[in-house]
Amino acid sequence: MIWLAWRQFRLPAAVAAGLLAALAAALAVTGPGIADAWTSGRAACAARGGDCATFAQEFFADHRGGYLTLVVLVLAVPGLIGLFWGAPLVARELEAGTHRLVWNQSVTRTRWLAVKLALVGAAAMAAAGLASLAVGWWSRPVDAAGAADLPRMDPVLFDARGLVPVAFAAFACALGVVAGMVARRTLAAMAVTLAGFALVQLAMPLLVRPHLLPPVVETVTVTRENLASFYAEGPDSPVRLDVKGPSGAWILANETVDAAGRVVPTVPLYLTSGPCSEGDAGGPTAECVGRVGELGFRQRLTYHPAERFWPLQWAEAGVYAALTAGLAGFAFWWLRRRVS
Amino acid sequence: MSAPVLRAEGLGRRYGRRWALRDCDLDVPAGHVVGLVGPNGAGKTTLLSVAAGQLAPTTGTVSVLGRAPAASPAHLGRVAFVAQDTPTYASLTVAEHLTLGARLNPRWDAATAADRIARVGLDPSAKAGRLSGGQRAQLALTLGIAKRPDLLILDEPVAALDPLACREFHQGLMEAVADLGMSVLLSSHLVSDLERTCDYVVVLVDSRVQVAGEVEDLLATHHRLTGPRRDGARLPSDQHVVAASHTGRQSTFVVRTREPVLDPAWRVSGLDLEDLVLSYMSAGARDAARPVLEVRR
Repeated sequence: MIWLAWRQFRLPAAVAAGLLAALAAALAVTGPGIADAWTSGRAACAARGGDCATFAQEFFADHRGGYLTLVVLVLAVPGLIGLFWGAPLVARELEAGTHRLVWNQSVTRTRWLAVKLALVGAAAMAAAGLASLAVGWWSRPVDAAGAADLPRMDPVLFDARGLVPVAFAAFACALGVVAGMVARRTLAAMAVTLAGFALVQLAMPLLVRPHLLPPVVETVTVTRENLASFYAEGPDSPVRLDVKGPSGAWILANETVDAAGRVVPTVPLYLTSGPCSEGDAGGPTAECVGRVGELGFRQRLTYHPAERFWPLQWAEAGVYAALTAGLAGFAFWWLRRRVS
Repeated sequence: MSAPVLRAEGLGRRYGRRWALRDCDLDVPAGHVVGLVGPNGAGKTTLLSVAAGQLAPTTGTVSVLGRAPAASPAHLGRVAFVAQDTPTYASLTVAEHLTLGARLNPRWDAATAADRIARVGLDPSAKAGRLSGGQRAQLALTLGIAKRPDLLILDEPVAALDPLACREFHQGLMEAVADLGMSVLLSSHLVSDLERTCDYVVVLVDSRVQVAGEVEDLLATHHRLTGPRRDGARLPSDQHVVAASHTGRQSTFVVRTREPVLDPAWRVSGLDLEDLVLSYMSAGARDAARPVLEVRR
């Protein structure tokens, strides 16, 4: 059975291996140059005693295009796997009628599906893992340069780094297989897989990940040092403000609360009159910022700190593993009950 | 011989609200080449798919070689099934199909497989997707035969073949049966397909078995009676009327009886298998068209 599963999977596997090799080659060619530019640039600005933050920003801006393209690529790999490996795995057999040939060899269909799932699932995880590793290696200098603006806890990066792409690939593959079994048509299964993939890709950071671990909630006094933004929407509108979170953290909420602890959208201060009507290069004056505290307003931060990267990665990988196991279980049940 | 190759009791299979097979009782003894014949939609494919373990029955029980269909890998190995349209993997070559058979079947007979492929003139390096319908059928049949099954089930294997390919297919099948001594159950809606190959016939109309028996025995016990017009009910009680047709002055009956027909008014002639089967098929269709009066539970 392993022979047959491999024989059928040989071509898609070769295509994927070719694409991965091309990606790896492109990264291997460009990666060292970027890494050198980063180290030498850092050394130069440190030698000048200058501000390396400006250099980092410029460096990040210079490489952002390629960097984000690679992030999107790693995000897309599980989806592509689900579409082109998962969905046709069973649907194509049902479409061509070849299930009636293979299910009458001396191999139970449970074993038939188990072998196919194991082979393609393992390949899916390996492909996503390799893509993620290669891109991660290439991106290290840009990651370091952009850490202030785009920490790896950011939802965009989080899904493209570490374990999550591997677990997500296994999930997308299982999703494709189940969609193919139920829809019995490759094309329909691909559409369903794509929709499911996009849905989960969005739902995970928006609805699930924030709650995988209880977030840290911190209420701070607003100071000139921690102020991130201080603005009004018009000359006569009250002021809105945000504070800086801990570096590298994933900020879930940045809310102003009044003395009673209620969340308020604005504080009753105006940029056209009163203590906040004047500012300097550093933003609003100390008096203005002080007034915020005197009026009883403080800022409440809800966030996952940077050091939670790996715990959250494991937790999210666990969620995908559980979903994958559920889909696989359903596939075996459906194969015995409904398909035929 | 041993346990019946196929036994069904009250077997039914429903697709949504439509019954493809209903209340089917059937007993097929071992050691025969059994032809399952009936009109389109009689439930032949459903019955064979259930027997091969491809489909689960909705109601009733079925046993194949004394066990539930597809009960275990070992049992799967004892039953070979060539499905309708003889599916093969289009992207695999003929040789790879044989490898598939060898890898997936412990009782695989590589010599027989290679020999058959050579005899029917299949190029081992040809992709199955490029084979003609007849060649594909031969490949599927080879896969079934080389598995060395105790029972080979073929669902309308020649439906899509031209007469020459059809004859070659039956020839190949007969050689294999003679060599390997397996039971065969094959379906067709054309009696002429079966006449050459089968020694046992089951006529299925609307899920019901109209008649089942060894061909020789059936031919010996069925007669066509032609004579002056007469009501079928007035025939002797040992003569079971299968079909009757009347013209103004003349009646023709197809009867089944083990006793000799003694009435001198009749001109008695034999039937060939096709006539016999068609008589039962039209009788079955007539029964099916009648309103059903029995109460269903």
